[in-house]
This record gives sequence, C-alpha cells and structure tokens, in this order.
Amino acid sequence: MGRGRQGQGARVIELQSVAMNYGGGELFADVSLKLAPGSFQFLTGPSGAGKTTLLKLCYGELVPSAGQVQLFGQEVREMRRDDTARMRRRVGVVHQDCSFLDHLPLAENVALPLTVAGRAADAAELSELLAWVGLAPHAQALPPQLSGGERQRAALARAVIMAPDVILADEPTGNVDWEMSLRLLTLLVELNRMGKAVLIATHDLNLIRAAKSQVSARVLRFQNKRLQVAGADL
Amino acid sequence: MSARRDRRRQAIPAAARVVPPSGFTARLTLFSAATMAFLAVFALAMSMATGRIADRWSDELARTATVRISAPAAQMAAQTAAVLAVLDATPGVASARALTADEMQVLLGPWFGPDLPLASLPLPQLVEVVEAPAGIDAEGLRLRLSAEAPGAVLDDHARWRRPLVEAAARLRLLAMVSLALITVTTAAMIVLAAQAALAANVQVIRVLRLVGARDQFIARAFVRRFTLRALVGAAAGVAAGLVALFVLPAASTADSLMADFGFSGAQWLAPLAIPLLAGLVAWGATRASALTMLRGIR
Repeated sequence: MGRGRQGQGARVIELQSVAMNYGGGELFADVSLKLAPGSFQFLTGPSGAGKTTLLKLCYGELVPSAGQVQLFGQEVREMRRDDTARMRRRVGVVHQDCSFLDHLPLAENVALPLTVAGRAADAAELSELLAWVGLAPHAQALPPQLSGGERQRAALARAVIMAPDVILADEPTGNVDWEMSLRLLTLLVELNRMGKAVLIATHDLNLIRAAKSQVSARVLRFQNKRLQVAGADL
Repeated sequence: MSARRDRRRQAIPAAARVVPPSGFTARLTLFSAATMAFLAVFALAMSMATGRIADRWSDELARTATVRISAPAAQMAAQTAAVLAVLDATPGVASARALTADEMQVLLGPWFGPDLPLASLPLPQLVEVVEAPAGIDAEGLRLRLSAEAPGAVLDDHARWRRPLVEAAARLRLLAMVSLALITVTTAAMIVLAAQAALAANVQVIRVLRLVGARDQFIARAFVRRFTLRALVGAAAGVAAGLVALFVLPAASTADSLMADFGFSGAQWLAPLAIPLLAGLVAWGATRASALTMLRGIR
C-alpha cells in the first residue's frame, strides 16, 4: 500500500497542448496538464465537457487528435501495446461505471491487477486492503451482489493494490450518498498522503469543498473547450 | 453443489479464470471437434488402407515376371530350354518353370472356353519367373534372352503395376485431401466459436486491459480454454471412430477395399495424433483470432 515510487521524475503524467476531436467536432483544445507525485487535483466542468476523455488520455485509452501526452516520460503514440499494459500497472483507475469481472468474487476482482501481472496476491495484505475500504465481509461476494457504494470502494481497492504512482478517479462518488462520498474522499486523501498523485473528475462541488478542507487541492475546470484553473469561487 | 463449483474453480489457474465460463461456444467447439475427429479417423483409415493395398498389389506383381516364347513348333522346346538355362543362371531369380498345357488351358479358359484345342493353336510358351527379394536386372535379362532365345520376351508386369499403383495413389490423395479439409473446417469452426466468445466478453477484455493485462495474457486465457475443449472433443470423436471401425463387418473378398479398411498393427496408434492436431489447430486459430480482436481495444 505505501510502496509509492516518488522521485522517479517530477511529472508522472503530462499533457501538452492537447486537442481532442470527436466525429469532426472539437471536444477541447490546447489543454495542458501536469500530474506531479503527491499532487491532488480536481477536474470539473459540465457534463460532456470532456472530463472522462481527459482521464482516458491520462492512461492511454485514447490518443489525442493533436498535442502530446507523456506517460511516465514516454510519448503515448510511441508506446507499444505491452508498454501501455505495463504503464497501466502504475496508474490506478476508478471508473465511473466500476466495471468488474462479474463471475469472480470480490477478492479476486480486487487482486486482478496482481493476477494479470503474474503475481500472487498475499492473502493477509488483500484482507487488510479489503478491511481498509470496509469490504472485508464481502470478500467472497460476486460484484452484482454489491451496492453502488461498495462497488466504488471495491474499484478503489483494485486501483491501489499495485501501489500505483497515480490514482485517476472518474466521478467516484457519482452513485453514492454523501456519507459514502466523504468516506471515499478520505480514502483518496489518505492515498495522496502516501505520495500518490490523485486526479478526480467530478461535477460535485461539495466534494471539492470538502476535499479542500483536508488537503491542498488544485481545481481545473473545463470552460469553453479549454481547461482553466478554477478560482476562489470553489 | 456450490462447494463443488468452488473447488472446480480453484483447480483452474487464476490467469485462466479471468474468462467467464461460456455456454454455446463451449458446446460448439466440443461438438465440432468431436465430429471432425470422427470423420478424420475414417479418412485416415482410408488413406492407410489404400496405402496397404497399393503396396501389396505392387509387391505381388513385382515379385513375379513372365517370359513369353514365340517360336516355330520345331524350335519351341530348344528355346524353352535355353530360356530356363538363362533364368537359372540369372541372379535374383528364385525359381522359373514353363507352364504346362493344363495350366495354359486354365489361363485361357475364361476367354476361349473349356474346349479350347490347345495343341492345334500356335500359342506361345509361357515361363513363370519368381523373383528373389533382391529382384532381377530386367534390362540385362532381356539382352541375354534375346541372344540365347530370339523368340523370348520378358514381361516384368510393369505395365500392370503402374495403373494399380496410380489408382491407389489417387485414393490415398483423396483421403489426404479429406484430412486437410477436415483440418481447415475444424479451424474455421473454432475461429467462429472463439470470435463469438471474444465478442461476448469484450467488457471482460476491456477490464483486463484497464488493469494492465498484456495481450498475450488475455489471449492465453481464451487459447487455453479452446485448446482444451478441442482436445477433449477430438479425443471423444476419435474414440467413437475407433469403436465404429472395430465393429465394422469384415468383407469376405480378400482383395476388396472393405477387407483392408481400418488400421493394421501400429497404425492403430495413428488416430491418437488427431486430438493433438485438433488441439494445435485450436491453439493457432484461437490465438490468431484473439490477437486480431485485441488490436482493436487499446
């Protein structure tokens, strides 16, 4: 859990003058972003502004229409597929829809990044991780048996099991109540204190305000197809 | 029931468990592998049977030759004696004898009837030559015969052998083509089943890529599953095919294809290669399908 890779370069993810077009239309342009180790940033903006797309650029699921995306010092267009796979082991992603392998119990789903990396999960560490996200009693439950909040926490546990350098979370509190949102936020703040770079895409301004009371967070906002640093209104 | 399912699941390596168990693609692969293996057993049996028949016919004709002596009646005995003397001194000749009038009658009977007045016809004298396993030098023998008995002509049965060997070779080729078609069809069926399974599991594949799975890892999970199914299905098909061959009624005619159909001796081991071939085909077909499909997912 606490095995961060700080000191491997000042930026783990860097976007330079990135533009993204969909179906001939421009989604956003001239977006630059740097994720440094230990940084905590929010990405906000109206629905459809490109928050999810930007996150996908950050873990190489998409390549930009223009500009450069450097992931751990490597240009995303020059990455071979195996390089992309290895890079993703250093990036923990919490998806909006929290996709799991529904036929596998929760414990195996959480340990999936280790399995695909050819490593066996340490049973004690896995139990500790599940307890940390409050899911120890559900270790053998199948994902469809879990509630929205439980799925979000399971996705977070899966995202951190490889001790990644970066956590990317796309609307991590989208399907949960406020109490659960704060709990998830606390987990993300804890991870940030361990040295992980955290980028959260959300439209929940209350969550951003709650985070700012716990951690020094920068807020980036999509406006008019450009990414801007949000002001004191947040 | 649940405990048994858990135990069964735990017996599968974790890397293979990432692909959910699927219904119809599993049955399709098993059934097509079994059917194709069953047909392959018969094609293989056909190939081996025609091979054996060709070898036997060729061998039987190759071990005998005939010397035909056409000479005036006054010289016939002398030339026959000369031919026998030459044959007696020829290396590779196991035995040689002139056919008797009764044997000639039996030979010609089917064409001219039993009342053939053999003595009144100017028939050539036939000498039957049985070759030793080393065989004879046909050209050398012809030269010596022409010098000692000008009316003697050596027939080493080559012109009879050639069409028989050609016919058997064509049958064998047909059987081999059938085997090749069966292999290609098996590959096509497995590709279809694998593509259906991959398409049905595209979300699983996306999750695996998201958590850092390499293409080889994902492909291996599918390949393992389809290879095992093809192996098991083909093994069942081969077993059924061998049982069917075993209970095939024996034909009474010694030289018929039916009498020789099946395997002989160590040839019974040859069908054991069919499941291995099916597994190999499934491995290659699934791997190619998986890697092609995965290239479309980042």
